Amino acid sequence: MQTFTLILRNVASAAVALTLVSAAAPRAAAAPLADGATASVVEDIAGRSTELVPLDPPIKGKMVRLPAGELRSLYGSTTDSTANRVRVESFRLDVDAVTRGEFVDFVRAHPEWRRSRVRGVHADRMTYLRDWRNDLEAGGAMDAPVIWVSWSAARAYCKAQDKRLPTVAEWEYAAAASANRRDATRDAAFIQDLMEVYARRGLPLRPVPEKNAWGVRGLHELVWEWVEDFNSVLVSDDSRGVGARDFGQVCASAAIGAADASNYPAFLRFAVRAGLEGRTSMGSLGFRCAI
Amino acid sequence: MTLRDFANSPKTRRHSGRVLVASTFAIIAAFAVLTAADSARDPGSSYRPSVPVRELPEIKGTEIAQLTQAPAVPAPIDRDYATRVIVELETTETVQRLADGVDYTMWTFGGKVPGNFIRVREGDLVEFHLTNSVTSGVPHNIDLHAVSGPGGGAEVTLTLPGGGSEFTFRALNPGLYVYHCAVSPVPMHIANGMYGMILVEPKEGLPAVDNEFYIMQSEFYAKPGKKGEPHTLDFERGVNEQPTHVVFNGSMGALTGDNAPIVNAGESVRLFVGNAGPNLSSSFHVIGEVFDHVYGEGGSDVTQRNVQTTMIPAGGAAIVEFRAETPSNLVLVDHAIFRAFNKGALGMIKVVGDKNHDVFQPIKGLGVAGH
Repeated sequence: MQTFTLILRNVASAAVALTLVSAAAPRAAAAPLADGATASVVEDIAGRSTELVPLDPPIKGKMVRLPAGELRSLYGSTTDSTANRVRVESFRLDVDAVTRGEFVDFVRAHPEWRRSRVRGVHADRMTYLRDWRNDLEAGGAMDAPVIWVSWSAARAYCKAQDKRLPTVAEWEYAAAASANRRDATRDAAFIQDLMEVYARRGLPLRPVPEKNAWGVRGLHELVWEWVEDFNSVLVSDDSRGVGARDFGQVCASAAIGAADASNYPAFLRFAVRAGLEGRTSMGSLGFRCAI
Repeated sequence: MTLRDFANSPKTRRHSGRVLVASTFAIIAAFAVLTAADSARDPGSSYRPSVPVRELPEIKGTEIAQLTQAPAVPAPIDRDYATRVIVELETTETVQRLADGVDYTMWTFGGKVPGNFIRVREGDLVEFHLTNSVTSGVPHNIDLHAVSGPGGGAEVTLTLPGGGSEFTFRALNPGLYVYHCAVSPVPMHIANGMYGMILVEPKEGLPAVDNEFYIMQSEFYAKPGKKGEPHTLDFERGVNEQPTHVVFNGSMGALTGDNAPIVNAGESVRLFVGNAGPNLSSSFHVIGEVFDHVYGEGGSDVTQRNVQTTMIPAGGAAIVEFRAETPSNLVLVDHAIFRAFNKGALGMIKVVGDKNHDVFQPIKGLGVAGH
């Protein structure tokens, strides 16, 4: 059994990209659950303590539950296809990214996250919510994803909903699905589509996309999204020689040790996460919550 | 016409006297240059110089580099000392014309493909400011092949949209160098247009010429967007090295028609030619001229004279010089000729003025006036 090392660092210089290997989940759990479905126990991917999820009041917002499954890390063995796997336990994920309108409600209720009051340690005050007119008036469409938010602010938002940010493994697991396949990471047409989407990331948003096979919407098409452990690297033991610092960094060296050098969209996500700090805000970076 | 071998003679190099009064290292370097030139003429001689220790001249003053967009080249440097040169370059993501009917989502250094031309002097301390437009979607960085240091600068310049990075480097090695974005996945950044060139002018300067132009070859792998949206990178074509377009200066027609540079008959021309790839090597040729000099692979010395076609590797460069003896439309091509005829690898330099019948004169044929 392959073991994995979770490396957490204070300064983000690398991140993790994972590809879905298989959803090795019981058949009963394979189908996404209906919106608002509840579960009593959620196991944390990082192995932290099991926690109870309150059954009442009901979960806020539309979520879907994804069954447990396995991911293969993008970096790791290039020869042993059974290596580099990490298990993802069942979790629930917001169907949509958090919107401007929802974030307006949040800052109304939590003044410490308003643009004029946010602490510099939590957000770069030069860029945080910079497209807003003032503390309580967001610019742009209210149903578009909120952007220019820091990791700290995203975490605080999710916490206020009795949720949390997804881990990178959870996010990648959910994002490996195309509209009709849960594991589309080997689907050349899907990968090509994502490259087109990412190449235009800096250009105006396209219409809200269809749900993917898990029932999740817009993981790729709208904005990059914060994850809880954006500044971590998940590598298998046998690729330690490459050095975590090298992952997602620069030049062709990023391909050294890559198990699947064709997954350009995953490399792009790597690069974005590698550049982030907890205070960072960007016009193409939003988030959604998980439980 | 006279034989022109002025560049190879140290007597005609500007500021040549200063070399002799410089430090021991400079004398060694000058000796190496002469030895190299001699060796090129006499293949029987041995040329085995020791690896030089580069001198680090005193830095005097500060100036801001004047960058240009292709085909323009910044003016020659007339300083005889090293200075701190501030270079400011912004990465952007825009939709631009690749060919008629083909708009492509280009990623750029400085707003255009190829990126801005940077000209510094050997020994200069370059203070590099890289910014990434707030409208960009992905992070970028820069790997300058002229840099001695981690990643050519790439390891310290990962820059998010709206962010900025700074570093300094010494321009130790004279020559013409490619720069490019090196954020993973690198081929995507280069294939989308993220490259340009930096010239580190030798401290003694380059011989004066009448015209200098910046030419950069690259290829595109364009896939139409869905629902008529702009083209983006076709991954499969890229991996298979089957470009849809091979172009000079970022688009078909960037160097033809009204965009073709004009020079006068009898003038000398220097082309700073780069090849960004990302995959193909270039068989660079100018139809209707012979390169009097080639600074092979963009190095600091003339390595060959009287050349028809020079090979420029992906991620490499060459400096070529010729005198435009008589009026014509000189045609720049990648002589891997399907690329020129079918994929766009065509440029032009218009030579105007009086005909020089001593050099070329039509006598009889379909193209001769009065036939």
